[in-house]
Amino acid sequence: MSEQASQATLGRAVLTEPRLRASVFEGRGLKSRLLTGFTWFLAALAALPLISVIYMLVAKGGARISWETLTALPPAAFEFGGGIGPAIVGTLVMVLIGSLISIPVGILAAIYLAEVAPSSRLAQVARFLAKVLTGFPSILAGVFVYAVLVISMRSYSAIAGGISLAVLMLPTVILTAEEALKQVPQRMKDAAYGMGCTRAQVIGKVTLPTATPGIITGVLLAVAGASGESAPLLFTALFSSYYISGLEGLAEPTASLSILIYNFSGMPYDNQIELAWTASLVLVLMVLALNILARVLGRRKA
Amino acid sequence: MSAVLAIDPTETGEFIAEPYQPEGATVIDCNVERIFYGDFLAVRDSTVPVEKNKITAFIGPSGCGKSTVLRSLNRMNDLIPVFRFQGRVDYHGQDIYAKDVDPVVVRRYIGMVFQQPNPFSMSIYDNVAFGLKLNKFKGDYDEKVQTALERAALWKEVKDKLKNSGLSLSGGQQQRLCIARAIATEPDVLLMDEPCSALDPIATRQVEELMLELRERFTVGLVTHNMQQATRVGDTTAFFSVDISKGGRTGYLVEMGPTQAVFEDPKQDLTKEYVRGEFS
Amino acid sequence: MASNPFTEVVTKISKAPSSGEYAADKLLRGIVWACAAVILLLVAYIVFELGRQAFPAIIRFGIDFLIGTTWDVQKQTFGILPEIWGTLFSSLLALLLGGGLGVAMAIFLTQDFLDDRVSNVFRTVVEMLAAIPSVVYGLWGIYVLIPLIRPASQWLNETLGWIPLFGTSLSGPGMAPAALVLAVMILPTVAAISVDAFRRVPYKVKEAAYGMGTTRWEAILKVMLPTASSGILAALVLGFGRALGETMALAMLIGNSNQISLSLFAPANTLASLLASSFPEAGPLEVKALMYAALALLAITLLVNILGLWVMKAATRKFEGKA
Repeated sequence: MSEQASQATLGRAVLTEPRLRASVFEGRGLKSRLLTGFTWFLAALAALPLISVIYMLVAKGGARISWETLTALPPAAFEFGGGIGPAIVGTLVMVLIGSLISIPVGILAAIYLAEVAPSSRLAQVARFLAKVLTGFPSILAGVFVYAVLVISMRSYSAIAGGISLAVLMLPTVILTAEEALKQVPQRMKDAAYGMGCTRAQVIGKVTLPTATPGIITGVLLAVAGASGESAPLLFTALFSSYYISGLEGLAEPTASLSILIYNFSGMPYDNQIELAWTASLVLVLMVLALNILARVLGRRKA
Repeated sequence: MSAVLAIDPTETGEFIAEPYQPEGATVIDCNVERIFYGDFLAVRDSTVPVEKNKITAFIGPSGCGKSTVLRSLNRMNDLIPVFRFQGRVDYHGQDIYAKDVDPVVVRRYIGMVFQQPNPFSMSIYDNVAFGLKLNKFKGDYDEKVQTALERAALWKEVKDKLKNSGLSLSGGQQQRLCIARAIATEPDVLLMDEPCSALDPIATRQVEELMLELRERFTVGLVTHNMQQATRVGDTTAFFSVDISKGGRTGYLVEMGPTQAVFEDPKQDLTKEYVRGEFS
Repeated sequence: MASNPFTEVVTKISKAPSSGEYAADKLLRGIVWACAAVILLLVAYIVFELGRQAFPAIIRFGIDFLIGTTWDVQKQTFGILPEIWGTLFSSLLALLLGGGLGVAMAIFLTQDFLDDRVSNVFRTVVEMLAAIPSVVYGLWGIYVLIPLIRPASQWLNETLGWIPLFGTSLSGPGMAPAALVLAVMILPTVAAISVDAFRRVPYKVKEAAYGMGTTRWEAILKVMLPTASSGILAALVLGFGRALGETMALAMLIGNSNQISLSLFAPANTLASLLASSFPEAGPLEVKALMYAALALLAITLLVNILGLWVMKAATRKFEGKA
């Protein structure tokens, strides 16, 4: 009865039926559609440079890929042929030096930030500075290492180059490792404490092993970033046309892919420019391989 | 001590439960005067003896401090920075809150099973062997692991996949794995903090049967929000309540005794109401 | 060391941690503390060392260094106003382009425009843009971008030359290719942080907007964008900071010319590329001057980054309830 009454009043109140069908040319709908189209355009625009870069790398860089190019010494000004062998080795060696320093220090620092004293004053300051350092211009790492190392060693060197890379990798390693350590569920740590683990045992036996996939992902991303760096190597490692010779070679100027690209890009010889493209291809493949590996490992964890 | 307490303990009612005098030997004599989280008084005046080879059930409405008291028995609460304990907890006659006692040592003797199953992300075998390795056990690991899994009634289900991750098991199996892990080192006390709250009824029944068997060998402290569970497995029951009269939330012991007595012939009106299900 | 009072307790296995275990515990705490302290020392050392190296130049050139417009080794006069201008101008242009594209990309990725597969493609595009090394962008800029925009620059200069932005034509390297490449390089930073900002907006906010009968774009522009605005602001500031310090691509594309010009097609210079191009061959006094320039770059980027982090913190806090 009351239902009928309410329906009656409703019927009287709504005099015109609402039009529910959308019209193509109605203002709101049209605007919405235009904006959507525009967004698609912008997204495609963002992809354009990537496609162009990849095309150039494959077309120009791929043309010169051969075992000889990958191993030979770089050519002198008017020479033909030659390769990028020392640069590949130099990049690998300096990234290795950077990793050997920054990865252990970074992970241990992350343990302090995530596990030992997350809200201590030291942890708060360190976390903040690590974040600030991720935006630190890479060239300044070079200037800094030049000032403290190159001047005192009186030589450009692979060691100086590696250390400048370590300065750039450290904040990334710290922040990503801290993030990975924080993902370990508290109840898992509680279980370890409940068994009578000391704090070091909880970290060593439970937290660290559980967080390892995440830490590896972060570390690989840092390594990938360092492989592509050039500014910090410019006046720490400089360049060399020869392979690193033994351990003493680490204290001498060292080639790297990125500096080779920089040096050769401005030369007026086709041979060098072609090699710059080949070196770019090799460098991008290295960086991408590390990126993909990082993401695959990261995904497996989740 | 801070000047501003959430509530003045002297005004939260003067009621103090009559101390329960157990007939048998006790393993833990818990004598809480006050437990604070920062300035917040969480539990006051509760004396809970834990008898040897019996299951002592801690029941009460949520917020009554039953878990807090249980977690004080192996100093798990020490992991919370603002936690403060006043009173004594005597374990075989020695105060575990004495100045020179390391909580890590306490936890090695008094095992714990948590509300949520929390196996480590390692193999089933390594989960159970964890405590043995931790205590540098020298002897037959395989035998100890098997015994623990058998006592946890899990051996038959997992004996062919000991290498699989502990996380691959179902919730009920995970909880029994955690029990196996806790009893592998043969601690003489096992604290269980609502071990069945995350489990389905079938898994709950399995864990309850397990508790009754474990009683032969271990002393068990059990927090449960489920009164039927207390009547099914508890030998002794401690009933806690929470005083919210003055705006605080302070838990305290109301009554403790043999389970049958507490449920069928409670001395306190509050207990009567609670076991009749009039509040929860 | 704490004593073990429970030795009489009859359990066969439980035992107190050995002194070795306690020592390991102490050692680990000490080491991780030291490693956390490393980052403090590192930053302090960087600031101290750059300051120390630049000190003679600071004394000699003082504030004139920051407003001087010539960099002449012969006359031993050094001023970095053109570089400061070039750094800010190129970064601002990059922010207008790359920032806009980055935010658009973030909207595209978070506001249900795409099914999972397509959105994964675009996410990969953004990640790959971030992964390509600066020096490769530089190479690409020289051989693809500059030839590509040169005709356009000529046309713009001839027809709209009275506008200062198009006051010259592009003869080779210059501001426009540098800023374009810089835009591509900061796009991923802006996109990634903006995506996070949109993700932080609680679902119920979006639901409420749709519940009021908004179109998708009305929901995005009137509800989502304002709600995520502080996070997007942080993305833009941090992207700007990234652009300020970017070196190699700029050193290869901007022309390293010590002049202040509004023209998009004139060569210019930035602080970072000044360091990159002059450092290796610099004499003793020039090195001091370059250290001074490095200190200026450090100050600018630190300021912008700290500002960005501060905005971000405020933005994150907004959704963490009352606090």
